[in-house]
Amino acid sequence: MTTKVIEGTPSTKVTQIQRGITTGIPIMLGYLPIAIAYGVLAKQAGLSIFELTMMSVLVYAGAAQFMGAGMIALGTGAIEIIVATFVLNFRHFVMSLSFMNRLRGIDLKWKVPLSLGLTDESFSVASLHGDKAKQENGTYFYAALMLTAYLSWVIGSCVGGLLGDIIPETLSQSMGVALYAMFIGLLVPSVKKEVRMGLIAIIAMLINYIFSQFVAQGWAIVIGTVIGGLVGIYVLKEEKV
Amino acid sequence: MMLLIIVGMALVTMIPRFVPAYIVDKVNFPNWMNKWLQAIPYAALGALIFPGILTVKPDQPHIGLLGGIVAILLAFLGLNIILVVIGAIATVFLLTTL
Repeated sequence: MTTKVIEGTPSTKVTQIQRGITTGIPIMLGYLPIAIAYGVLAKQAGLSIFELTMMSVLVYAGAAQFMGAGMIALGTGAIEIIVATFVLNFRHFVMSLSFMNRLRGIDLKWKVPLSLGLTDESFSVASLHGDKAKQENGTYFYAALMLTAYLSWVIGSCVGGLLGDIIPETLSQSMGVALYAMFIGLLVPSVKKEVRMGLIAIIAMLINYIFSQFVAQGWAIVIGTVIGGLVGIYVLKEEKV
Repeated sequence: MMLLIIVGMALVTMIPRFVPAYIVDKVNFPNWMNKWLQAIPYAALGALIFPGILTVKPDQPHIGLLGGIVAILLAFLGLNIILVVIGAIATVFLLTTL
């Protein structure tokens, strides 16, 4: 560990954990209804409560779990489901490379579990709180953030499997916009500070849109993210975090 | 069989997640690559928002789009992210129930 002890800073383990949980609440708000919807769908697809909860515990990737449950319901073969999951989730490799590079200097025993907690949402939120990586006990912030998201997902999917549709359909459908709104709520303040961040995002959107016409959704997101990021090489200043 | 599928899905999801932890531990990146990786969160946010937001209500893509526009406005006004999320949910809810 290379954390420095700075006199008088209030970044104790407890305050960092509290900050991490607070920061994770928007993710929780977005995850709970989607996890419940997943639980309902997976139950209908023929998974037991144990199986559908274990999928959330072990896979922990919303879109892939919806797809997996759907494919199981259709009787698709195991290999096909696993390959499709790999393609859909490969974007996490690029995200993890970005986040782990920010955590350079932090012990591997922290980096590995934190990397396993990366989703689209926890990655986005954690990255936009990149300053914590340099703070005292910053790893506790990230750990608390990721556990808040993870537990919301696992508990929500179990609840969905047990109780079925407890949220009225119009409301759960409306809540489908929650995570998109969260992504927007993360992006807009950065664009207000630095317009060039918006340029990176818009190029990634367009590339994703164009490629999604020709290749699997998973690859289109990866290509959009990678090429959008390459624009950053030209538009970002040195050491812009 | 079901457990085999779940474990397989878990492995192909976990491996791409944790391999970068070992890569950054072993390899130092050139400057351009660090800049590229710093830009990734913004690029990823862009790719995650669009065109996915159009599928909030798949048969009526304008509903997701309007929810997104409300989110942009609320975020631009500097509202807390939870209020941005609630505002977008309320917009979609009103548009689908009215």
